[in-house]
Amino acid sequence: MNDMSVNETVTDVVIIGGGPVGLFAIFELGLLDLKCHVIDILDRPGGQCAELYPEKPIYDIPGFPEISGQELTDNLIKQAEPFGPVYHFNRMVTGLEKLDDGSFVVTTDEGEVFRTKVVVIAAGGGSFQPKRPPVPGIEEYEGKSVFYSVRRMDDFRDQDLLIVGGGDSALDWTLNLQPIAKSLTLVHRRDAFRAHPDSVNKMRALADEGKINFVLGQIGSLQGEDGQLQSVHIKTGDGEQIIHATRLLPFFGLTMKLGPVADWGLNLHENLISVDTEKFETSVPGIYAIGDINSYPGKLKLILSGFHEAALMAQAAKRIVHPDEKVVFQYTTSSTKLQKKLGVA
Amino acid sequence: MKIFVTDHDGVEHELEALEGWRVMEVIRDWELPIKAECGGACSCATCHVFVDPEWLPKLHEASDEEEDMLDTVPDVEPNSRLSCQILMSEELDGLKVRLAPSAKPETAAA
Repeated sequence: MNDMSVNETVTDVVIIGGGPVGLFAIFELGLLDLKCHVIDILDRPGGQCAELYPEKPIYDIPGFPEISGQELTDNLIKQAEPFGPVYHFNRMVTGLEKLDDGSFVVTTDEGEVFRTKVVVIAAGGGSFQPKRPPVPGIEEYEGKSVFYSVRRMDDFRDQDLLIVGGGDSALDWTLNLQPIAKSLTLVHRRDAFRAHPDSVNKMRALADEGKINFVLGQIGSLQGEDGQLQSVHIKTGDGEQIIHATRLLPFFGLTMKLGPVADWGLNLHENLISVDTEKFETSVPGIYAIGDINSYPGKLKLILSGFHEAALMAQAAKRIVHPDEKVVFQYTTSSTKLQKKLGVA
Repeated sequence: MKIFVTDHDGVEHELEALEGWRVMEVIRDWELPIKAECGGACSCATCHVFVDPEWLPKLHEASDEEEDMLDTVPDVEPNSRLSCQILMSEELDGLKVRLAPSAKPETAAA
């Protein structure tokens, strides 16, 4: 049995990043008959539009005087739907390798393998990762006693737990883990929360009953040995407090990091991928970069720029996937062929 | 008008600022290192700065929205503000801020 082939998906295009530009790329590639798989580290499509500002109105999308990040995402998904894209969420692309025949092998941290003729990097500012408190030496505790998410609740059973933050993640996990933890302390910088009011009320009730300890302050330093946390210094308004803790869960939200993209041998310019402005191709033929992650003279980090880049990239990608086919430029308003692909004719 | 920005190495820079510009935009325009990943939408907190205590009373109070975002700053201090929420005006000519570690962009790959 050949292990290599077990989990391998063969496709025309792998799009890394499911933000607005990655989603529109499905559409432009689809009009040219290219099949796409989309991989994103978030648990849903939309990228920054979904994670950072789903409710914020955007005013510079052509044809939409005002549209929210979520509405734009929903529309783009609908627009891409006729082309049957396959989405893979909660995964990070870790490996990208070019084979001798010019095709690529893309691998994810979940162990999937994609064999593809074209790779489109539409990764925006990089992959969303938890904000890490700038506490010296925190790295050696990560994965052992400091965690940025709860994968298995049982890892926190009978532990002295310290949760930091004032959002829904911090509050939800305070409520969920309190019954199984040996002790639980919630640390937040102020006596106000940006979480669901019902969760806040429940948390306050637990604090009033003495079932959890709520401390106003922020993390100062960690004490422990071999990655095993023992206590945490908390800076409070009037000094310092030492809290005994064997597990720490900081919840400060997400930020973007370039991540593995930096290791794929592409020419970079200040952490952005250099491309040409004809095809938006990187220094490796067959790998394209569109949207906020690319760099070229005059680049503007606007969603609309990414849409334009997607359209031109698709023309070039088509020539790689179907080198013998003549590409006829067509309009969706007049081409019956395109309209059939869109399911409207 | 001017602002004074202390970078991550403790070096102070005197930057020409324009009325109506966000402090974040001034810092970014002069190419000092600031992440500002959401581009000024008060949605990411990666333009976090520490405001010189003498200047703090001259700023308008942080909105609820800004306070909410400051909750996601791991190195928050009493003088923490988001520089995208400070608009330059005559009264702020000479403003002094220090770039926060949590708003430092990743260093360029070697």
